Amino acid sequence: MKKFVKGNEAVMIGALYAGCDAYFGYPITPASEIAHAAADMLPQMGKVFLQAECETGSINMMYGAASAGKRCMSASSGPGMSLMQEGLSYLAGAQLPAVVVDVQRTGPGLGNIGPEQGDYDQAVKAGGHGNYKCIVLAPASVQEMCDLTIRAFELAFKYRNPAIVLADAVLGQMMESLELPEGQLQVPDTKDWCVRGDAETRQNLIASIYLQIDLQEEHNWMLQRKYESMAADTQAQSYLTEDADIIITAYGSCARIALSAVDELRKEGVKAGLFRPITLFPFPKEELAQAAAGKKVLVAELSNGQYRDDVLLHLPCEGRGQVELINRMGGNLIRMEAIKEKAREMMGVKA
Amino acid sequence: MMKRAQGFYPTFERKDGGRTTHYCAGCGHGIIQKLIAEAMAEMGMQDDTVFVSPVGCAAFCYYYLDCGNVAAPHGRASAVATGLSRVLPDKYVIAYQGDGDLGAIGFNNAFQAANRGEHFALFFVNNALYAMTGGQMAPTTLPDQKTTTSPRGRDVTHMGSPLKVCEIFDQLDAPRFIERVSVADTKRIMQAKKAIRRALEIQKEGKGFAFVEILSPCPTNMRADAVKAADFVTEQMEAVFPLGRFRDLDEPMVSHYESSSLEVQDLIEADEGGKAVVYDAAFPEWRMKFSGFGGQGVLSLGLVIAKAASQSGRYVSWFPSYGPEQRGGSASCAVVLAGKEVGSPVVDSPHVLVAMNQPSWERFLPTVAPGGVALCEASVKSEAQPP
Repeated sequence: MKKFVKGNEAVMIGALYAGCDAYFGYPITPASEIAHAAADMLPQMGKVFLQAECETGSINMMYGAASAGKRCMSASSGPGMSLMQEGLSYLAGAQLPAVVVDVQRTGPGLGNIGPEQGDYDQAVKAGGHGNYKCIVLAPASVQEMCDLTIRAFELAFKYRNPAIVLADAVLGQMMESLELPEGQLQVPDTKDWCVRGDAETRQNLIASIYLQIDLQEEHNWMLQRKYESMAADTQAQSYLTEDADIIITAYGSCARIALSAVDELRKEGVKAGLFRPITLFPFPKEELAQAAAGKKVLVAELSNGQYRDDVLLHLPCEGRGQVELINRMGGNLIRMEAIKEKAREMMGVKA
Repeated sequence: MMKRAQGFYPTFERKDGGRTTHYCAGCGHGIIQKLIAEAMAEMGMQDDTVFVSPVGCAAFCYYYLDCGNVAAPHGRASAVATGLSRVLPDKYVIAYQGDGDLGAIGFNNAFQAANRGEHFALFFVNNALYAMTGGQMAPTTLPDQKTTTSPRGRDVTHMGSPLKVCEIFDQLDAPRFIERVSVADTKRIMQAKKAIRRALEIQKEGKGFAFVEILSPCPTNMRADAVKAADFVTEQMEAVFPLGRFRDLDEPMVSHYESSSLEVQDLIEADEGGKAVVYDAAFPEWRMKFSGFGGQGVLSLGLVIAKAASQSGRYVSWFPSYGPEQRGGSASCAVVLAGKEVGSPVVDSPHVLVAMNQPSWERFLPTVAPGGVALCEASVKSEAQPP
């Protein structure tokens, strides 16, 4: 069954199929339609929607709801995501599952409500304090806004870790056909760790404090091992990469423009391919190496090279080809023609 | 031998396995937590309670209180308790915060929780300073009181006056119970015990938000022995923070909205009909742009086409201009139809342009793809030229 919906609505549809118990959020453009849908639908299902006083409030309400083993979420954009960073650190430290959807807008500061991808480092490198990571998923279509929200809940509970769906204003506002999910998400039982006010969980404790430094260090090592084990769940799309001479790589809405550029370049005889990471953390480095090692790489992003830096970090140094960046900021999208032009230039081909 | 307090763990395994607390001699926290533990045990609530600890000296309430325990970030116990009580409506939630935690960094979270009438008991320990962090000035520090960050005394002309949280919360409609008590001497402890029990009864009765402020000595940071610290609470603090019950309302906070428990399928799965989307390599990509003044219906026009295309089994995307533009000025949307998954939803060079006003015509006509179609509203002066 399909529906023609906005990306932001698709997020909430996914959340419902993921069995979301509670939404805590604060309005912000361009993410607000997610809250609108949550406010409309969750109470009709006997579930919780609460408009918090601020994003610091919402992330800590999530900390409470997640402590009870419930499936909770929020959605926001740049400034709100900044306010949530402390809470994300606490969620990671206390090993609590929760999902936050970041419909990225421009920054720094107030910026504007146009699309940008400047929250990459904050999400992928973890913008709060301490040695932690968030799971980060990057949808590129309305379908994925739904599907990756479900996946975010699944991974959050699998690893007991906060997960971020890193979308952007284009994906939030655009409409496409959505094939509805089949069946509801099942997640592992939480009774071993949650605190839900019953005899079975009475002896459980949710905390992120270890006064003894050796225990705090061991906690940190355990978390690092957990983050490493997430490599089993990397996800990426490689499109026409096998025989390609140049790989264009991008995530989110930018990858859609890059995909069109690849198709058009192919028509002109330029062997271009697309590499699109779907998980940004864990980063699909094996997949990137397979698609792009030894080839020319053009990174397209709506930020100041934050994603490019990760491509450079993860692409094997040995035999690495030329890596170039094409980017826009401030709410401007990259024109498909500009990507094609840059790719042609790298390949020494004239239009 | 002293009788072991009920509601505490028999031994404090999360601390060091012993039976002594980490609190300094003469500190009020031990007394307050004992009163809460006893009330919780006597009322048979331990299996059904989640206790939210703050940051500060009371960060380790979970060493002692035998119930479900959650340790909150600094200032956020009220927000954490809100999250817990919302998803556990049939359980009891207790939050515990100090005066820096609740009065400063977390004031708005506590205030808003009180205003919403969240179903939890909030115990607010006021010792007029930050203790664990090193005796700094708190919002509740008394006028002229010396602390490590008001070394010459709290000058109320630029450091503010003591924050009277009970009096502020008493301005709100929702709280069911508000009382200020003290644990500075036995008589006062007996009254504190009553107030704490009442706050928990309100949770058992499902009435709503209950708030108890407890004046408490901190000999270490008040730079006094246990007796003098208790005297400071009674003589100095009570003069600013008078004890008493502000309210105990009978009516519970009950919603008059109907509750429902629909399934996701009931909400979402209204069939829109139409054909399933099919791959069709022979179908060429169509890029369209609809533009005009905000309010003219150009976004809807694009949407009608997009929905029609979706119904006929095409891949299609609709991407609007959005934000301030929807409140006047120009508006436009891009629609892309394709026989395979749509790449860019953004249209730089449309095959079809519809312009419903002059500025849109002038702006977008030069972008129309070679061989494309451009339509304008009849009143538009079409002096602009296609490329």
